[in-house]
Amino acid sequence: MKRMKILAYPYSVWMAIFIVVPILLVLLYSLTEGDIRNLAELRFSTQSYERVLEPIYLKVIVNSFILATLSTLFCLLLGYPVAMIVARSNPKVRGMLLMFLIVPMWMNFLLRTYAWMSILSPNGFLNRLMDLLGLPRLEIMPGKTAVLLGMIYNFLPFMILPIYTVLSKIDKQFLEAANDLGANNMRTFFKIILPLSIPGVVSGITMVFLPAVSTFVISGLLGGGKTPLIGDLIEHQFMWEGNWHFGSSLSIILMVMILISMAIMSRIDRNGQQEKNGQSKV
Amino acid sequence: MEKYIIELRNLSKSYNGIKVVNSIDLKIRENEFVTLLGPSGCGKTTTLRMIGGFEDPDEGEILFQGKLLNPVPPYKRNINTVFQRYALFPHMNVFENVAFGLRIKKLPKDEIVERVERILKMMDLENFGKRHVDSLSGGQQQRVAIARALVNEPKVLLLDEPLGALDLKLRKEMQIELLDMQRSVGITFIYVTHDQEEALTMSDTVVVMNQGHIQQVGTPEDIYNEPNNRFVADFIGESNIIEAIMLEDKKVRFDDHTFDCVDVGFGQNEPVDVVIRPEDLQIVTDPGKGMIQGTVISVVFKGVHYEMLIENEHREYMVHSTLMFPEGSRVGMNVQPVDIHVMKREGHES
Repeated sequence: MKRMKILAYPYSVWMAIFIVVPILLVLLYSLTEGDIRNLAELRFSTQSYERVLEPIYLKVIVNSFILATLSTLFCLLLGYPVAMIVARSNPKVRGMLLMFLIVPMWMNFLLRTYAWMSILSPNGFLNRLMDLLGLPRLEIMPGKTAVLLGMIYNFLPFMILPIYTVLSKIDKQFLEAANDLGANNMRTFFKIILPLSIPGVVSGITMVFLPAVSTFVISGLLGGGKTPLIGDLIEHQFMWEGNWHFGSSLSIILMVMILISMAIMSRIDRNGQQEKNGQSKV
Repeated sequence: MEKYIIELRNLSKSYNGIKVVNSIDLKIRENEFVTLLGPSGCGKTTTLRMIGGFEDPDEGEILFQGKLLNPVPPYKRNINTVFQRYALFPHMNVFENVAFGLRIKKLPKDEIVERVERILKMMDLENFGKRHVDSLSGGQQQRVAIARALVNEPKVLLLDEPLGALDLKLRKEMQIELLDMQRSVGITFIYVTHDQEEALTMSDTVVVMNQGHIQQVGTPEDIYNEPNNRFVADFIGESNIIEAIMLEDKKVRFDDHTFDCVDVGFGQNEPVDVVIRPEDLQIVTDPGKGMIQGTVISVVFKGVHYEMLIENEHREYMVHSTLMFPEGSRVGMNVQPVDIHVMKREGHES
């Protein structure tokens, strides 16, 4: 075992240089003001944190959370049944269905979002279809709905795959046993399948919510910049405004919020586990 | 007319074109302990699953108290199952597992608690209610699985090799427990096993199956003492199966000797199979005093008895005896007329 530890050193060094140091720098910038290129001249300041509390920025943060929550919710509502269909289909069909889910993920994220632009834009496929059918045009893009659609589309596989994995591992005998004890398919679902799939749901929610809350570009492309998200705001501070202090404090706040949501999720998961260990009610 | 709780009529089931269950007919009486016995792949589990409703028969009918059961979904059948791997719900504790069926039926809370506690007590699981199922031993899980099924007071309990995963000693104990339980609750048990000893120990009726067909239905004594054919004789217990000629009623000839037997109704000089159980051959030290002579070629100590192979010019006999005869010794063997079981020869197999 001791010898094996040596193998971890390069990785530890790598982690220190490229993960720990940058995070510490972000923390440092967020708590200071002054010239970012001259670490010695930075002065302590909470100014950039105070700026986050300005209504205009608070609104962006709240917006990001609402959109991330909504897209997670829709991903769950859409993804769970899909995961169930895939898990229940026979092995030959299953492979193909999984392919359909995974292939879009091989394509670049930007490209996929551009594809949605050409569908949703005012003169895009969707509206031309509406014209053909003689229906009124839809004004989805630019707007929140388009951003939401783009997010759901991009993150859906991350919801489906963990749920599918858990569902496909549930022993069929449990379902037969529930049936045998008088539960019809609906009650079997709510009493057996759903509770047993909670770990998959939790990791699906985590895997969708985290990238969704920090996403950028999507809102720029599909939302026309009308509904900036916290990710866009951070990008803007670093790339265009050059205000690294404010960008850093936004990043730290986003990180703290993500950590809190993760803690909540792992708590839900752990509660499930605890029940497994015999602490449940009688 | 006798009352049957379950009747199978011409029941068949195929997987990928292979007939796993091939038009079987079976009648099961109320409160009977019936065992479906056979090697793996003989169709016994599939038959049980069709009764439980987990497989649809391709052909044939299942009757429950005279009514057609085929279209009834499993959750509406008054039948419960103890699954091979128990299938206890991993997200519930022992109490909740057992209470599951009653909760589904929406019984009043105090009745649920009362019935679950009664059955847990009966199964010696009184203090296990709050335990998680993964923390139980195999035998305890087994009892939870049985309790979960029995608490619903089904008319028929299906058991799919329920003792298969237990070690020998525990298995023997559970056999006795199950049997006591069946007697005390008065429920029809349909039990699937490949263990012939288990089948003989527990059952009122044994149904021997092979390749989707029923080979013989009878009491354990019938099955053991009067096997219908070579397969049953071979599968149930150890046996010497001998090709012989039935000279006339009560006279059968093999190994250059004409034996008295008790079987009648075969044709004159009809080729038959004869079964002699190893414990029914008596060895005498003076070869001249035996009906058959032979040489002991191997001796194995089995605890209660010695298992010896005795060879003559025609075949080898397996003999169980509490007396030991050393390898190489020349001995004679006698057999009582009632211990010679004559069966019809099937087809032209050797």
